[in-house]
Amino acid sequence: MPTYHLNINGSKSKIDTEADIPLLYILRDYLELNGPKFGCGLSQCGSCAVLLNGKPTNSCMLPVSTIGDAEITTLEGLESSEGQLHTVQQAFVNEQAAQCGYCLNGMLMSAVGLLNTNSNPDEKEIRNALQGNLCRCGTHTRIIRAIKTAAKNL
Amino acid sequence: MTVKPLRTRRKFLKDLGYISVGFTLLGACTGVEDPIMAARVDYDGKLPGSMGRANTVNAWLEILDDGSIRILSGKVELGQGIRTAIQQVAAEELDMDLEKVQVQLAETGRTPNEGYTGASASIQNSAMSVRYAAATARQELLGLASKKLNAPITELLLYNGIVKSKPDNKSLTFAEILEGVQIEKQVSLPVPIKDKKEHRYVGKAIPRTDIRDMVRGQAIYIQDLRFPGMVHARVVRPPGYTSQLISIDDTTLRSEVRGVLKTVVKGSIVAVITEREYQAIKAEKYLRNHTEWTTPIAFPEYNNLYAHIKEDATGSETVKSVGDVTAASKETDTLKARYTKPYIKHASMGPACGIAMFDGEILHIWSHSQGIYPMREALSTMLSLDSEKIHITAVPGAGCFGHSTADDAAADAALLALEYPNTHVRVQWSRQDEHSWDPYGPAMIVELEAGLDENNNINFWKAEVWTDSHSTRPNKNAGTVLTARYLEPPHQMKSRGYLGGGLRNADPYYSIPNMTVNAHYYDGPLRTSSLRSLGSFTNIFAVESLMDTLAEKAGQDPLEFRLKHLEDERAIAVLQKVKALTISQQSADGEGIGYAFMRYKNTDAYIAVAAKVAIDKNNGKVNLLKMWAVVDVGEVINSDGLTNQIEGGMIQAASWTLKEQVTFNTKEITSSDWQKYPILGFSEIPEVEVAIINRPSEDAKGAGEVPLPPTAAAIANAIYKASGKRVFDLPITPDKILRA
Repeated sequence: MPTYHLNINGSKSKIDTEADIPLLYILRDYLELNGPKFGCGLSQCGSCAVLLNGKPTNSCMLPVSTIGDAEITTLEGLESSEGQLHTVQQAFVNEQAAQCGYCLNGMLMSAVGLLNTNSNPDEKEIRNALQGNLCRCGTHTRIIRAIKTAAKNL
Repeated sequence: MTVKPLRTRRKFLKDLGYISVGFTLLGACTGVEDPIMAARVDYDGKLPGSMGRANTVNAWLEILDDGSIRILSGKVELGQGIRTAIQQVAAEELDMDLEKVQVQLAETGRTPNEGYTGASASIQNSAMSVRYAAATARQELLGLASKKLNAPITELLLYNGIVKSKPDNKSLTFAEILEGVQIEKQVSLPVPIKDKKEHRYVGKAIPRTDIRDMVRGQAIYIQDLRFPGMVHARVVRPPGYTSQLISIDDTTLRSEVRGVLKTVVKGSIVAVITEREYQAIKAEKYLRNHTEWTTPIAFPEYNNLYAHIKEDATGSETVKSVGDVTAASKETDTLKARYTKPYIKHASMGPACGIAMFDGEILHIWSHSQGIYPMREALSTMLSLDSEKIHITAVPGAGCFGHSTADDAAADAALLALEYPNTHVRVQWSRQDEHSWDPYGPAMIVELEAGLDENNNINFWKAEVWTDSHSTRPNKNAGTVLTARYLEPPHQMKSRGYLGGGLRNADPYYSIPNMTVNAHYYDGPLRTSSLRSLGSFTNIFAVESLMDTLAEKAGQDPLEFRLKHLEDERAIAVLQKVKALTISQQSADGEGIGYAFMRYKNTDAYIAVAAKVAIDKNNGKVNLLKMWAVVDVGEVINSDGLTNQIEGGMIQAASWTLKEQVTFNTKEITSSDWQKYPILGFSEIPEVEVAIINRPSEDAKGAGEVPLPPTAAAIANAIYKASGKRVFDLPITPDKILRA
């Protein structure tokens, strides 16, 4: 079995595994990170998103063999080492932008990815950035509000 | 003992910053004042249904040694925020910090059997049971403390886990009062509950504490639960409902897929157990290609669904009859219309998951089932295992909005755990199985006929409702869980489940002198069960669409037309309020506002919804601009939790209304993933605004299902206003608008 050295949340993880296994299963099943969620395995819903070099990327169909040295940030890696929530995380808490919260990982990843490249997005840009993220509880309007709040507080 | 709650209670005050605190705090020794106890009033009404099976204080509430309280609820958390609501109610009655109240959700043998978490009933059952249990606990604690402190109850203060005697400043903690025993007193009427005017938590927008865990990836869902040595499994579901296994050849499985521990074949159940999760996915794919199945019974043609439903329905049953519809209909011109709704999915974001471990004696199961006690009965029958030998713990899942696939995944795991004992076996469903094997909300047909008298009042109303079962939830009939239907011998459904759900809100809440509702039950091609609001969604879509058509025929404003047919002041109030909220709205060409009203189940919460749309006349595209809701659920427990439920429910219903339908061809269900079953996405989400009419003196009613039914009709009515096109067949797609 090949060995992979992945940059995850600022540290190196050594994984012996099959080459075709998607990143999501490395994160959840091998590294026990619960942030990224299994939602479809088809790259359709966004629940499994991580930041790959700062860019929101679905991890459920992304083979581990293609990742190389890319920096992977999961939900667990957003807060500071002192346990301070990321501005986007705090905004979601303040706006109570969740019901079941299962999709939240993807929402946060898309939001952080958007704000990484556009610190003052308008409503349309927020909606576009989150178009690949599905939510069944209907908390969309709170999520949009949380991202606007986060942009103000960045 | 001297009271020393200074630090905690300062923090408490800080946490409550924005809430007016009903008492001033702290004792003379620390230079601050004693709290003033809020007044109590005797509650002498009905005790909640859940108390019928568990009516002692300790069934609902335990006093812990560290001074905190543990609430035992038989309900499960599915994103609705029930934990916070229950916490608020308990902390209120016992005058405690919220953080000193923990809530344990359903576990067999531990929490009360509250049946299913559904029907918007958790507030009125679980939270209200907790209110009366906590209030009874307070009385009992005061009584016991009075003896121990040698002071009359009138001289005692009870707050934040202590009881204190005012004259001598002595106090005891709850744990010291009880000395290791719990309160076994029965809850009996009258119960002295806190005067609602003095509420500090209840009715307020108390933030949910679990959202902080969610944004950090620390909230544990069933899919996140891990145990040492846990193994992974997948079930190879057959090509169709009635397929049976002919043969399986797994001879090269272990050479092609690493980590395979066991292949399980039981009747027509084929499953594989592996070390790692992705190995199970690969092994399932292998087995899918190495099994042969009988061809399932063909489905009817999808385009012929509603004709098929009518052909299949046997007989008709009059479920409501007031006055004489036949005579009244002869005296007037009548309006007739047929409304249809296809099968709709629960479409949870998290596919079902179940974990089980058989330790040689007890079968332990972890599940996001909505009813662990009833599920235990089904599994007991399926496995021929005494239900006392099955221990189930509820674990939160993704929002599922009714009876979905959670119980089926738990049944899969239970079966496999017996085949692979002493190890935790985790079964994760795929998205395709979740979409294809879901017990859908059934397709329905509603045919209405109504007429106006000479004063343009409705003088008769006739409804014909075609419906399949709206609940096939687990019970002692093992056929209610999918797994059991494929064992040898198979367990089949022994009953049709809850057919009456299809008739919910079929009889309008309006004053109509002559009314008949006839039910027609069909047994359709797809598996069905309860989906948020059951038949109310289709019935209110039909009723409130026709109300607009009748108003137009009467030449009256749709809101005024509704108001003149209502006598209930609370119903009138929600409509008046929605009118006030929307009165300043201007509609440009191609835009329109539509309204709808409902009293859920005709006995529970009141709601009025407005929708504003813009229609592109060239392509029929609907731009849903904004939705408003005014809701009256009686006493409000958590105003932000309520608002969140109403906002989310409107958005979900907008998705059902504009986009959703389960599709199939004669061979199989074809809406098997998110591309083939699209739901509303961010680019299509309307602005939403919710107004609450709080009535603390009225019973608290649930809200989860309430916003969905009127949303469909409000959108349909808005589309009509905007374009002159009325669509009777859900979902309302651009092509139907163009054709209308």
